[in-house]
Amino acid sequence: MSPRALAIAGLRKRYGRHDALRGVDLVIGEGELVGLLGPNGAGKSTLTKIACGLVRPSGGEVAVARPFGYLAELFRFPGWCTADEVLVLHQRLTGSDGGARERGELLELVRLEGETTTRVEAMSKGMQQRLGLAQAMVGSPRLLLLDEPTSALDPGGRRTVRDLLEELRRRGVAVLLNTHLLSEVEQVCDRVVIIDKGLVVAAGTPAELEGGSGVEVELAGGVRRFEGGREDVPRIVAELVAAGEEVFGVRVTRSTLEDVYLDTVADAR
Amino acid sequence: MSGVWIVAQHALQEALRRRVLLVVLVLTVVFGGLYAWGCHALFDDLSGFRDNDDGLDATALAGSTIVGLAMFGGLFLGVVLATFLTAGAVRGDAERGLLQPLVVRPLGRGQYLLGRFLAAATVAALYVLLVYFGAILITGAIGDWWPAHPFGSAFRLAFGAVLVAALSLLGSVFLGATANGILMLMAYGAGLLAGLLGAIGDAIPSPTLQHIASTASWVLPFEALYRDALRLLVQDVPGVTGAIVQLGPLGGSHDAGPLLIPWAIVYLALVLAAAGWAFARRDL
Ligand SMILES: Nc1ncnc2c1ncn2[C@@H]1O[C@H](COP(=O)(O)OP(=O)(O)O)[C@@H](O)[C@H]1O
Ligand SMILES: [Mg+2]
Repeated sequence: MSPRALAIAGLRKRYGRHDALRGVDLVIGEGELVGLLGPNGAGKSTLTKIACGLVRPSGGEVAVARPFGYLAELFRFPGWCTADEVLVLHQRLTGSDGGARERGELLELVRLEGETTTRVEAMSKGMQQRLGLAQAMVGSPRLLLLDEPTSALDPGGRRTVRDLLEELRRRGVAVLLNTHLLSEVEQVCDRVVIIDKGLVVAAGTPAELEGGSGVEVELAGGVRRFEGGREDVPRIVAELVAAGEEVFGVRVTRSTLEDVYLDTVADAR
Repeated sequence: MSGVWIVAQHALQEALRRRVLLVVLVLTVVFGGLYAWGCHALFDDLSGFRDNDDGLDATALAGSTIVGLAMFGGLFLGVVLATFLTAGAVRGDAERGLLQPLVVRPLGRGQYLLGRFLAAATVAALYVLLVYFGAILITGAIGDWWPAHPFGSAFRLAFGAVLVAALSLLGSVFLGATANGILMLMAYGAGLLAGLLGAIGDAIPSPTLQHIASTASWVLPFEALYRDALRLLVQDVPGVTGAIVQLGPLGGSHDAGPLLIPWAIVYLALVLAAAGWAFARRDL
């Protein structure tokens, strides 16, 4: 069995009469980057909070690698702390001996290198979110649990996070990334899990989920779809012509993650 | 245990940086000035009294009364401080998103609670002691009256503030900061009221009122500690004067018996354990 950063089996969570999670399985290998997608209320935050021990599950098994880092969807650091002091506090709490070098490196990774002595209360929400990311990486965690880490970021900030995720992959850190940004997941994640109403509705690599491409051919009687890709176009056209059809146009199509998402998530359309 | 220390330090640092402690100290100095002024005026007015030979020890009457008032005021401010430092420790901070980044760290919830308790209890206890000993020194310097058991009273007052810090921490697991703060101050007020009823009950005497007061002192022992501290203040004042000061201006002195301190220690442990138990079961 490959070493695991996170192993969740049959996870259930009930809030009063509401089932937020109804039996979710999810495994993240060491160094693997997994995107968790799903509509609002699907149970993504609940799953993440259970993984890091903030919420008690109603059933199921959770095993999480330590040390891990966590960035909550809604979080705040004390306004009176400077960026550096926030990181010092978390270094002490994790027992990290990285000192000023680790802090400087982390602030640089999230592009806050000039803000060491800036107080949190003087930071924009986006800066705070990037500081939150730096905080989550204190103490060289084996796993990062990131709950919508880009929700307050401008396009530049999102780019920073994407670069950061690539850097984490280089370092062999496993990541669970909750997000609404499908393009982000498509670009950086090794695997995607889509949940809806507390259940996994699709899982696989982005390529697997996007599935095969298709070939759309415009004929006299309208557009017809064929299985296959670019390499199949000459054969398909030849067969159609041989069968006496007139071909007016050919297009190779790919289903995107967005298509998959919209198809699998009930009520999404 | 190092996690406890880190959390406590962080909480103290916050109180310093937010200038909570500075404001408190400045106001306390102003208070001390007013107290000294009042003391001065009081003992001045007594000079006429002293020559009368009616069995009344005017100095003891004035000294113990005004020190009793300072004890009431100091404990009240210590209670306010203890409450404000802990009222939002769990639910309040969780609602604001401050708590989650801390408790997912290896220190865990129990150490977090203990750290918050340590910080608030230390500040509140030291504050109560500062006010109490400040008042004694001022009174002694101006009126040349010294209480017989200053340390016993000081210990009881400080312990009272520590108990409130623990209770407020327990409340913070269930209530947001504002609701919890109001609850704590009301509980403190209710305790004082019960103490006053007890004093009236002793004077009438009324067994029902005495019963209410003794029940309250077991449920809310900080009140009993306060009245026991008053008892130590006045118990050695003899004669008519003693009888008068024992009724006291704000809740009479009351001897809670030898079980009070052990019970207060057990109570503190129970409240902290209950807070830890409830916090461990809370979704954040
Ligand atoms: N503390 C809570 N009490 C009651 N219901 C909750 C609580 N937290 C979340 N829920 C419910 O659980 C479901 C899943 O929520 P959440 O995990 O936050 O979803 P997501 O992060 O995917 O948007 C939602 O229906 C939400 O209303
Ligand atoms: Mg969420």
